[in-house]
Amino acid sequence: MEDTIKVAGGTGLTADDIKSGKIFLTEDSLDCAYAWDTGVAVNRYLAELKQGKIIATRCKKCKRTMLPPRLFCELCFIPCSNWQYVQDTGIVNTFSICHVHWDATRIGKDEKPHLPAVIEIDGASEGMGIMHLLGEVDPEEIKIGMQVKAVWKPEAERTGSIIDIKYFKPL
Amino acid sequence: MNKKVAIVGLGFSGFGTTTPDLSYREMIFEAATRCYEDAGGIHPQAIDSFVASSEDFMEGISIADEYVPDQLGAVLKPVHSITGDSLQGLASAMMQIKTGQQNIVAASAFSKVSNLSHHEHLVSYATDPVYIRPFNENPYFIAGLEMNRYLHETGTTRDQCAKVVLKNRYNALKNPGACYGARLELEDVTGAPALSYPLGIYDMSGHLDGAIVVLLASEERARELTDKPVWIKGIGWATDTPNLDSRIEGMGSAVYAKLASQQAYRMADINNPFNEIDFAEIDDTFSYKELQHLEALNLCGPGEAGRLLELGCFSPDGDIPVNVSGGSLGAGYLHEANGLQRLMEVILQLRGEAGPRQLLDVETGLAFAWRGVPTATGAAAVISTRP
Amino acid sequence: MMRKVAIVGAGMTSFVRRALETPKELSYQATKVTLDSCGLTLDDVDCIAHGTAPDAFDGLHQNGEYMVDGCGGWNKPTMRVYVGGGTGIHAVVHGWHHVASGLFDTCLVVCEEKMSSALPHAQAFFLTIFDSITERPLEPNLLWIFALEMNRYMERYGYTKEDMALVAVKNKQNGLKHPASQFSEKVTVEDVVNSEMMAYPVSRLDVSPVSDGAAAVLLASERVARRLTDKPVWIEGVGWSLDTAYWATRDLYYPRYTDTAARMAYDMAGIREPDKEIHVAEPYDPFDYKALHHLEGLQLSPRGKTVELLRDGHFDIDGNLPMCPSGGLLGVGNPIAAAGTMKVCELFWQLRGEAGQRQVPGNPRRGVAQSWGDLMQVSSVVVVGN
Repeated sequence: MEDTIKVAGGTGLTADDIKSGKIFLTEDSLDCAYAWDTGVAVNRYLAELKQGKIIATRCKKCKRTMLPPRLFCELCFIPCSNWQYVQDTGIVNTFSICHVHWDATRIGKDEKPHLPAVIEIDGASEGMGIMHLLGEVDPEEIKIGMQVKAVWKPEAERTGSIIDIKYFKPL
Repeated sequence: MNKKVAIVGLGFSGFGTTTPDLSYREMIFEAATRCYEDAGGIHPQAIDSFVASSEDFMEGISIADEYVPDQLGAVLKPVHSITGDSLQGLASAMMQIKTGQQNIVAASAFSKVSNLSHHEHLVSYATDPVYIRPFNENPYFIAGLEMNRYLHETGTTRDQCAKVVLKNRYNALKNPGACYGARLELEDVTGAPALSYPLGIYDMSGHLDGAIVVLLASEERARELTDKPVWIKGIGWATDTPNLDSRIEGMGSAVYAKLASQQAYRMADINNPFNEIDFAEIDDTFSYKELQHLEALNLCGPGEAGRLLELGCFSPDGDIPVNVSGGSLGAGYLHEANGLQRLMEVILQLRGEAGPRQLLDVETGLAFAWRGVPTATGAAAVISTRP
Repeated sequence: MMRKVAIVGAGMTSFVRRALETPKELSYQATKVTLDSCGLTLDDVDCIAHGTAPDAFDGLHQNGEYMVDGCGGWNKPTMRVYVGGGTGIHAVVHGWHHVASGLFDTCLVVCEEKMSSALPHAQAFFLTIFDSITERPLEPNLLWIFALEMNRYMERYGYTKEDMALVAVKNKQNGLKHPASQFSEKVTVEDVVNSEMMAYPVSRLDVSPVSDGAAAVLLASERVARRLTDKPVWIEGVGWSLDTAYWATRDLYYPRYTDTAARMAYDMAGIREPDKEIHVAEPYDPFDYKALHHLEGLQLSPRGKTVELLRDGHFDIDGNLPMCPSGGLLGVGNPIAAAGTMKVCELFWQLRGEAGQRQVPGNPRRGVAQSWGDLMQVSSVVVVGN
C-alpha cells in the first residue's frame, strides 16, 4: 500500500556539522532571578522545619490532615486554619534509584545514586506524601512500604527549608 | 453555537506593588472565593471548565499550568492555560461555552511581578535571539521606536502623550485598587529623564501584583446565578508579525488592535464604534499606546486622538471616557492579567459598582489589551448590559 | 446540537535529534505541507491554534509570539494553548473550540518543539517544573517523578521491567515504518532491559528521545469540510482534565486524570463501551509503562490485565485494538508538543486508509488519541471517527 503521508523538513544535523563550523550558533544564557513569596501556609511550614518539626493543616470539612500545609482546602474550597504537628516518620509509597543529576549529567563513579521517594508522613491523612530523599540505606534494600524516619540537619545549620531534613532513613 | 455568554462573577485580590503576605496561590484563592461568592456562592465543583492566562518566565516556573487547579477549586476538572493576554483566555472560555459542551467557565490571571528581579531581562528574552538580542539593549527601545514613528506619522505631539499620563494617573485617585494615582503637571512628565527617546520614564506604567477571576455562563445558567449579568457581545484577537522590521504598516500603527476590534465589532454588530461604545478601558502600557490604540480601534480618526484628548473627549465627563479606572499608567500594569484588569473596570461600570468614579448611563463598554513589547498581539471585548 | 468539526488535512516534519531549522522554520514546514495536503492556502485559514511546550527549551519568553509567523499567524487571530507535555493533543481540542463555537470555519493547529537548543540537555530545564519552595531545593531530575510512578504501577500489579520493555519493542518496531521517524534500528526486550540505568526502574530505552520537529492538522466546519474532501475525519469527542499540583498526595498507580478526560470525551461521542467501539488507539507513550497506564485510564484495558493483553497480541497492528500504530513517541520521536499532534495526524491517516505500511487492517472507523503532561497530572483526549 502506498504511503501518502506528507512529510517535509526536519533536516537532521550531526555533531560534526557543528564542530566543523558548518552551522552557526548564537549562544546566550538567561539571567532570571526570582524571590518567591512563600505565603501564609508554606512560611509556617518552613519555620517549623527550622525548629525540627513538621506541621500540617487540617480541613474542618473533609477532615484531611494535609501536607504540605495549605491556607485552603483545594477540594472543599474553604480556608483552613487548624494547624497540626505530624510525626517525622512515615512509609515509602514509592522510590527510585537515580543515576543522573538534575541537569541530566551522569553521576560520577564515586558518587552514590540519588534516592528520591514519596513518603507518606505518619499523622497526616492516608496517602498524604511528600517528595524527599532516602539515605543511610543500601539501594537494594529499599522496599515500598518500608518505614522511615527523618534525619535532620543540626539545628545551627537549618535555614527554614525542605532540606533542613537531610533525608529519611529506615527505622 | 449561537449561545449568548454572560459574565456572572467577578473577584480580585492583591493590587499592590508588592504582596509579600500571600503566595500567588493564596492570592488567587482569595480572588476566586470572591468571584464564586459574587456569582451566588457557587461551589467550584459546579463549574464546568477553567482557563488561566500566564507565561512561564513571569512565574519562574516551567509549565505554570501545573499550579493552576488547586486555588481555583479545579482539581480533576477541565483546565488549560493560554499563554497570552487574559482577554485571549476570556475568548477561550467564551468559545467553550459557545460549543455547547460547557455551561459555566472560569477565567483567571494574576501577576506576581514583584517576585521577579529584572523584568527587562524577560522582555529582552522575548525578542528574536538571532537578530535583536545580540544588540544587548534595554528592550524598551522598541517602544521608543514605535512612539517616535507614531508621532511622526500622525503629527501627534509629545505633550499630548504626556497628557495621557496626567489624565490616567489623576483618574486613578478615585480608584482604591490603583497604586499610581497622582496629580501631576505637564512638566513632571515631559521633564522626566528619558527611558528611550522620545519615551520618558513617566510614559511607562509601573508594575502591579494582583489576581482577577471572572466567571462566565451560558444564558440559561446566567439567569439562575445572578440578577446582574453583563454580556460579552463581541470578542476578537489578532497578531501582527513578531518581526519588528516587517510589520505590515510599519511600527507607527497598531494593526493588531484594528484587526482584533474589527472581529469584536462584527460579532457585536457594531458599525459605528464612536456612537455605539459608551466608554473604553484600553491598553496604556505606554502613554502613546492609548492614543495609537484609540485610532486603531476606530474610536476616532487617524491622527485625531491627541487633539480629542486635549478637548476632553476621553475624560470621565467626555464623549467616550477612556481609562476611568486610571488604566495601567494609574492603576499599575498587571502583565498577563492586563486584559482582565481592563475588563474588570468595564464590568464594575456596567453594574453601577464603580463608586466615586461611576459613569452615568452606560450600557456598552470596550476592553482592549496589548501584550506589550516586543509583541504585536492584542485582544478586544465588547461588553454590554443588554444580552 | 453541537457544530460538527472535521480534520481535513495533516502534515509534519521529520523528527530528528537536532534540526537545522529554527522553531519558526519547523512550524512553517509542517504548516505548508498540511495546507498542501488539502489544497488550501493561508488565505483560506481563519485562525491559528498553536502549541509548544516549555519556553525554557528555546530560551524565549512569550515563545508563542515568536513562532506565530511560522504557523501562518501573520495578521490573524492566534492563540497558544499550554498544558505542558499534553499540549500536542490539547491544541487540537483548543482548535476544536475555535470552530465548534461558530466563531470560525477553519482553524490551523500547529505544534512545534525544538529541544536541541537547550544546553547542556533539555532535561535540565525540567528542574523548574517542581514546586519552587517545597521541592526544588531537593534538586530533582525530571526522571524522578516518572520513575516513582513507574515503580508504584509495577509494584501494584506485579509487573516486571521485561513486561514494560515489550511496549518499547513493539512501538519502536511500528515506528520503523513511519517516514518521519528518528530511528532506524530494531530493539529487543534484552536491549531495553540492559540499556543504561537512569533512574530505577527507568532505563534509557524505556524513554522516548529528545527531538526536534513540528506537526499540524487543519480543522474545518462541516460546510467547508464537505467541499474540500469526501473523506473528512470528524472530531467526535474531546475531553481534558487536570489533577492537583500536590502530586505526591495522589496514588500514582492509576491515572485518574486520564480516566476523567476520557469519560468526558466518550460522553460527548456517545461511546458506552470504549474497548469495543474504538478501533485504533494512540495513547501517550513518552515512557513504555505510560502507554499501558494510559490504556487503563482510557478504559481500553482492565486495570492490572494490560500486560496479559499485550503479550496476547491484543494491541498489535493486527490485534483487536492496535495501539500506537505510528510507533508513538518511543518509535517516531518526542518533540514534545509536536509528538502529540503527530498522534492525531496518525489517526487521520489511519481512518482514511492512507497509513501505508502501518495501515491497521479492517478499515478502522474510530480512533482515540491521548496526551499527558504537567506534573503527571493532565490528560487531553480526542476521539475521531469517519
